Amino acid sequence: MTSGLFWAGGRAEVSSTVIEVRNLCHTYMRGTPLARQALKHVTLSIAEGELVAIIGRTGSGKSTLVQHFNGLLRPDSGHVFVDGKDIWQKGVALRDIRRKVGLVFQYPEHQLFEESVASDIAFAPRNMGLSDNAVDDAVREAMRIVDLDYDEFAERSPFELSGGQKRRVAIAGVIAMRPKVLILDEPTAGMDPRGREDVLREIQALHDEHGYTVVLVSHSMEDVARFANRLVVMEDGRIAMDGRPRDVFQRRDELVEMGLGVPQITDLMAELARRGHNFPTDVITVDEASEALLPSLLAASGMAGESDSPCGGGGR
Amino acid sequence: MKPVVHVENVSYAYDGGNQEQVEALLDVSLKIWPGEFVAVIGHNGSGKSTLAKHMNALLVPTRGNVYVFEMNTQDESWVWEIRQTVGMVFQNPDNQIVATTVEEDVAFGPENLGVEPGEIRRRVDEALALVDMTGYEKSAPHMLSGGQKQRVAIAGVIAMRPRCIVLDEPTAMLDPVGRTEVLRTVRRLASDEGISIVHITHFMNEAVYADRVIVMEEGRIALSGTPREVFSQPATLRKLDLDVPQVTELAGQLQAAGVALSRCPLTVEEMADDIGTLLGRGPCRSELHSH
Repeated sequence: MTSGLFWAGGRAEVSSTVIEVRNLCHTYMRGTPLARQALKHVTLSIAEGELVAIIGRTGSGKSTLVQHFNGLLRPDSGHVFVDGKDIWQKGVALRDIRRKVGLVFQYPEHQLFEESVASDIAFAPRNMGLSDNAVDDAVREAMRIVDLDYDEFAERSPFELSGGQKRRVAIAGVIAMRPKVLILDEPTAGMDPRGREDVLREIQALHDEHGYTVVLVSHSMEDVARFANRLVVMEDGRIAMDGRPRDVFQRRDELVEMGLGVPQITDLMAELARRGHNFPTDVITVDEASEALLPSLLAASGMAGESDSPCGGGGR
Repeated sequence: MKPVVHVENVSYAYDGGNQEQVEALLDVSLKIWPGEFVAVIGHNGSGKSTLAKHMNALLVPTRGNVYVFEMNTQDESWVWEIRQTVGMVFQNPDNQIVATTVEEDVAFGPENLGVEPGEIRRRVDEALALVDMTGYEKSAPHMLSGGQKQRVAIAGVIAMRPRCIVLDEPTAMLDPVGRTEVLRTVRRLASDEGISIVHITHFMNEAVYADRVIVMEEGRIALSGTPREVFSQPATLRKLDLDVPQVTELAGQLQAAGVALSRCPLTVEEMADDIGTLLGRGPCRSELHSH
């Protein structure tokens, strides 16, 4: 990504836990020869205001984990707490949990089905039994939040929108329930660069400007380096690492071993270190690398005395 | 040398409803040479997939011609030979599997061509070896990873003995390992087997390994050249909302600040070499590092 934006650490204030899972186990096709244990004693808590990215190979348990956060999957053993409440205890209405924890699936645009953008977004609030006026308010607010102009888009068919717009409609459909936590499973999968940037900026705004707690599952190390303030790495149904992106990406070799990687720029700094150069290696964005390298490279360039720009005269 | 595919002044329009004509391709010309690895980048709606579908007669031009060797795709009598010569692999690995075991899936194409059983066995084994899937003959395709499924799909195309394979975003739905596996496979098919590759992708880190990069925008070829020629034009790419690899972006920033780099690096190794040269340590290759 070419953007120079990057979030150093998000909000620092101490806040309360919104989602907590304790000792979670989940097996698909339990009791059959095809049984596969997707989660193995996972314990994790997510605090209000965090922007957490979950990474891991396909099949590592990422999607299974996040589908427990709103009670879509039921654990074989272990507990899921939302706002301190055990969601599988008697008397807890899963409806309320799903309203509080909104989940945007992979390829959510495949689930758009209404004739107009507005009626698609209205689907969940209408099902919640809100009055027509309240539904309309929720739709307008959700569209404003995802930056889709109501007058321009409300009556259009969702099917004639661009990929990025469709995905924003799908996100708005979840936001219309006014959840506290927003979970997005690979929100940029299969999108072109323009659509990816569009959706990523939207997610960033949901967190930074609208105060959502956001959990996103991602395959792009460059993207998560840019704006997650916490990184959870899943491997084989377990949490293998959990920390700030900067610290997690320092463990490059382990990540590569797991079939993951680090941002290309982090890889470059590691390669320079391997070749005996003395630069910092805890670099995760292009701007940071530029800052780290510039002084000594400028000094060396002074001696070389040329000033060509074969890369087209600058990165921005 | 004759091009495998020759796209000659091709335009393609379709009815977009409300009697509106949508111009998906506008006067596009292009030759794909034997053994060439061509990456096509551009946004959704830029015409990439429409162009790809012209290369094996899934679509035929509204104006202009597409030749696969001497065969004009407008001539319906060639259609089977054309599709045998130019194979296609699509984005979603789950939509391309037709059989219950890997070997049956790979054999599906040659069986339909009426190839005799002994020869089919040979082709299946050879194709699976080429995509590094030997040993998975009896596996159930739905139990494989995304990258493995895509490689089985590629093997299915290879078993038809094509001269060119067109891959329409084959890595879009894969995780990083799956992407690396597929990319490694297609690079090898071009360099070792002489099969031309047309690789449509949104990932610039894949396009840097191509012999040639074609950038599509609004139905036209906006930019074309070696990866270095294309990625050293960040301003043009940015106008198209396309990005460059992170190391290339970094090099651009450093050059703008006055750092003397003699070329535009495209990979981690190239950038590390260039920094080494500048700092007086010369290029060298780390033994620990391999891609």
